[in-house]
Amino acid sequence: MSTPFLSVQDLTVDFHTEDGVVHAVDGLSLGVEKGTTLGVVGESGSGKSVTALAVLGLHNPETAKLSGEILLDGRELIGAPRSVMERIRGAKAAMIFQDPLTSLSPYHTIGKQIGEVFRRHTGASRAAARDRAVEMLTRVGIPQPKLRVDDYPHQFSGGMRQRAMIAMALVCDPDLLIADEPTTALDVTVQAQILDLLRDLQEQTGTAIILITHDLGVVANTAHEVLVMYAGRAVERGTVREVLGEPHHPYTWGLLASMPRLGAPVDVPLRPVRGAPPSLINVPSGCPFHPRCDYPALAGPGLCRAERPELSPHRGHGDACHLTLARKQEIVGTLVQKREIVR
Amino acid sequence: MLRFLTRRTLGAVITLVIISAVTFFLFFAVPADPARLACGKVCPPELLAQARHNLGLDQPLFAQFTAWLAGIFAGRDYGGLGHCPAPCLGYSFVNQAPVFETILDRLPVTVSLTIGAAVVFLTFGVATGIVAALNQGRPLDKIVSVSSLIGFSLQIYFVGTLALYFLVYQNQILARPQYRPFTEDPLAWAAGLVLPWVVLSIIFTANYTRMTRSTMVEQLGEDYVRTARAKGMTGRSVTLRFALRGTLTTVVTIFGVDLGALIGGAIITETTFGLQGLGRLSINAVTDSDLPVLMATVLVAAGAIIVFNIIVDALYAFIDPRVRLS
Amino acid sequence: MKETGPMEETAPERDTAQAGTGSAAGRAAEPLLELSGLEKHFPITSGLVFKRQAGRVHAVDGIDLTVHAGETLGLVGESGCGKSTTGRLVARLLEPTGGSIRYGGRDITHASRRELRPIRAEIQMIFQDPYSSLNPRHTVGGIIRGPMEINGIDPPGGRDRRVRELLEIVGLNPEHYNRFPHEFSGGQRQRIGVARALALDPRLIVADEPVSALDVSIQAQVVNLLQRLQRELGIAFLFIAHDLAVVRHFSQRVAVMYLGKIVEIADRDSLYERPRHPYTHALLSAVPEVGLESAPGTGPRERIRLAGDVPSPIAPPSGCRFRTRCWKAQEKCAAEEPPLVRLEGNREGHLTACHFPEAPTVHGRDVVLDPALA
Repeated sequence: MSTPFLSVQDLTVDFHTEDGVVHAVDGLSLGVEKGTTLGVVGESGSGKSVTALAVLGLHNPETAKLSGEILLDGRELIGAPRSVMERIRGAKAAMIFQDPLTSLSPYHTIGKQIGEVFRRHTGASRAAARDRAVEMLTRVGIPQPKLRVDDYPHQFSGGMRQRAMIAMALVCDPDLLIADEPTTALDVTVQAQILDLLRDLQEQTGTAIILITHDLGVVANTAHEVLVMYAGRAVERGTVREVLGEPHHPYTWGLLASMPRLGAPVDVPLRPVRGAPPSLINVPSGCPFHPRCDYPALAGPGLCRAERPELSPHRGHGDACHLTLARKQEIVGTLVQKREIVR
Repeated sequence: MLRFLTRRTLGAVITLVIISAVTFFLFFAVPADPARLACGKVCPPELLAQARHNLGLDQPLFAQFTAWLAGIFAGRDYGGLGHCPAPCLGYSFVNQAPVFETILDRLPVTVSLTIGAAVVFLTFGVATGIVAALNQGRPLDKIVSVSSLIGFSLQIYFVGTLALYFLVYQNQILARPQYRPFTEDPLAWAAGLVLPWVVLSIIFTANYTRMTRSTMVEQLGEDYVRTARAKGMTGRSVTLRFALRGTLTTVVTIFGVDLGALIGGAIITETTFGLQGLGRLSINAVTDSDLPVLMATVLVAAGAIIVFNIIVDALYAFIDPRVRLS
Repeated sequence: MKETGPMEETAPERDTAQAGTGSAAGRAAEPLLELSGLEKHFPITSGLVFKRQAGRVHAVDGIDLTVHAGETLGLVGESGCGKSTTGRLVARLLEPTGGSIRYGGRDITHASRRELRPIRAEIQMIFQDPYSSLNPRHTVGGIIRGPMEINGIDPPGGRDRRVRELLEIVGLNPEHYNRFPHEFSGGQRQRIGVARALALDPRLIVADEPVSALDVSIQAQVVNLLQRLQRELGIAFLFIAHDLAVVRHFSQRVAVMYLGKIVEIADRDSLYERPRHPYTHALLSAVPEVGLESAPGTGPRERIRLAGDVPSPIAPPSGCRFRTRCWKAQEKCAAEEPPLVRLEGNREGHLTACHFPEAPTVHGRDVVLDPALA
């Protein structure tokens, strides 16, 4: 079994703050192959964005302590010199962010911002970079790209800005694209366009995509594989079909049952996860989800509180929960029967 | 852009008229008699009356003000006391000269003082501010913060007097501060002003350091700066092309206001170093109850602030495309 | 597509007299809230000294709506459609520039502060941001007591007891009376906001995106809470949200807004299963769904991808405002604004503003207008 194109092993990210050490990511492993999309799902504070920034080495080394292994195409990125990271960012691995208005510089034209990435990594001339920017704007569906290339971000609408962000990220044909909540700030009709665009572009370029989102619906429509994160840890992993069709972790059940959906029966009330996500400074012992979980009693007395369940190391569908597989299947069966989870 | 400038100039003129009116009428609320000053120490009543008449002081206040306004465009005759050609800002009986000439005479001193100091404090202030911001939280940042706090709390008359005493009178390292026109001898011009420049800069540098640092720190945390790093821009170009750009907007605003204020008269600096600039002129005008001169210095000060504000607003359009004017 | 053929030719049956009463037609005649021709234009001024009006934002541009006692009307649409402005107009936080608002049979469109006093207590608002809508310097108890103090209401047993009762109703610990908002999580803060809204026993709550700032698991807690309140206390809701799934879950009737206009309004099932307006179709098909399999016999859900973004409300398109993004737009759409009427074959109370309506199904076809996806 070869290493995936991007392979993260046992990643930990700690932030040292005045209140104590924030364990933002704790022992996370993931892998993404070229041409596939990994959806990373979690609520705020689950560590999904921190992971994304860690892959590109964008954390402030003074406050963030990283350990573990991040291999991009076989090359270790943790502890790589700054100049190496600067050459990888934007060229081999690129990123798009949630809010395209604040993420684009208000002082430079769209064309300049796209072109400068190209110039930085290929040494192209100004004219060539501009042509390339126009070409990229065309590809992401900006009307009249030759005119709009000289516009400033504030002259673009929200959806067009995110398209420009995508154009900027893809200008050097990166092998890995990290999209951090790329559609959260957008309207639903524009979100659909952007997600389709990402999928289309991936088919053309074979880029590996990590799609970070809080919306299981976005993952279901766009990703091949899913990683569910909770309190800085991966709690479930598998293909979209596996995780959404046969979820194994109580937190995944909670997410699915608490989401209102167009296809779900309206007479069944939502079943929220009780309580609130834990503090990342004092993460609960054992399984971090146990204080909010409905089933610790079924796993064995005190087990969930005492022992941290590990995500099964082999690839494929896996989860970090002490319940036996038979028990999980039984519970999912009941939830589906009660129509709290709709497949 | 042209429309913007005309609109702003019109606004400026209105503001200046209002300011001069307020100054004018305030002056007459103060008990002081310019005629007595014009007349001299020993002044018989009939001569005083004559002086009153010549100065127009026997007219109603409003008529006096309009006469003063008209003088700016048409010039004015002061009976037997002399003629004041347009633009006439009045005739000073204390200086025995038209006010406009006095202003023209003093302006270069203040402008020289301001420009020299501005170059020093802008360069050093912004540079140390950037360095501090880039080393946020490290010892260097703390040193800069503490020293700028000290610089900020120093007073010109205190530092100025110390510097004069040790550098000029005690050890004669520097020449006594004085003004020599730049056109006559640039070297002597610079040598005569170097001490006031440095002393005036100390306070301003501290202020600009603090301001640049805090704005830059804010800018470095902006999403688009993160984007720039995420696309592989080198540390230096992230700093210079992205973070600095936003910082400049703030710096330019404050700089415009400061320049205007300084042109209006660096009163304390000029007094400390005995320079005959606009600041000194205005202080003397107050003590001598010299209304025409006082009016003129107030107008110049206000005019400078307004002009620099217009320049700043116009510059914005170049710095920040979001406020680009139609 | 075949089904739509005959539909297009049918002249829409006029039914404006029944506008918006919907499934509530059988109920008591007097609606709790009645908006007619409601309009809010924000002026855009330019010039420093002499302000002159350079244009107007047509935020809400003549809408008719009714809300009956105890029912929930969902108001959906994308940013800039005027749904939040509508909510603020109803709560009289904004002054309407046209049309009228009737509450309980009284015209309150331009009612003065004093005239509004008794009504203010009955119409309450819940806001989106649980962080900025609570005063950080007041205790939770103080925040919830506030409305009672302002309105001089003394509930039996005293205000403090009432506050504790309210805390319990919204699922917070009454012991937390003296805590400050920052000591609570986002979901808990939204509960505090709900408790404050309940303090005066309102009959109508305008909930403006009450759950969109919350995480999914917390969102469900608040939705369930609001649902329980509606059921147990019989409060009517104007539920404003951009999330179609949440609105579907919470509302009996739903209105879809686009650029200051209502383009379609219907009872929930009609709107979600048998929508007629192309924009409603586009909105529904854009919702990313988790469901892996479609219901038997229906085929996959349709996929509609519009091009571009919503036009500016400063200069909305002539005629039908959706026409610039619509795949069925024809000359008539630019020339003539479609009236909001009941189309043939639709249930009572299902009104659509479209010259060329779609077939009443959400299944099985693709319309892709986005050039980048073609």
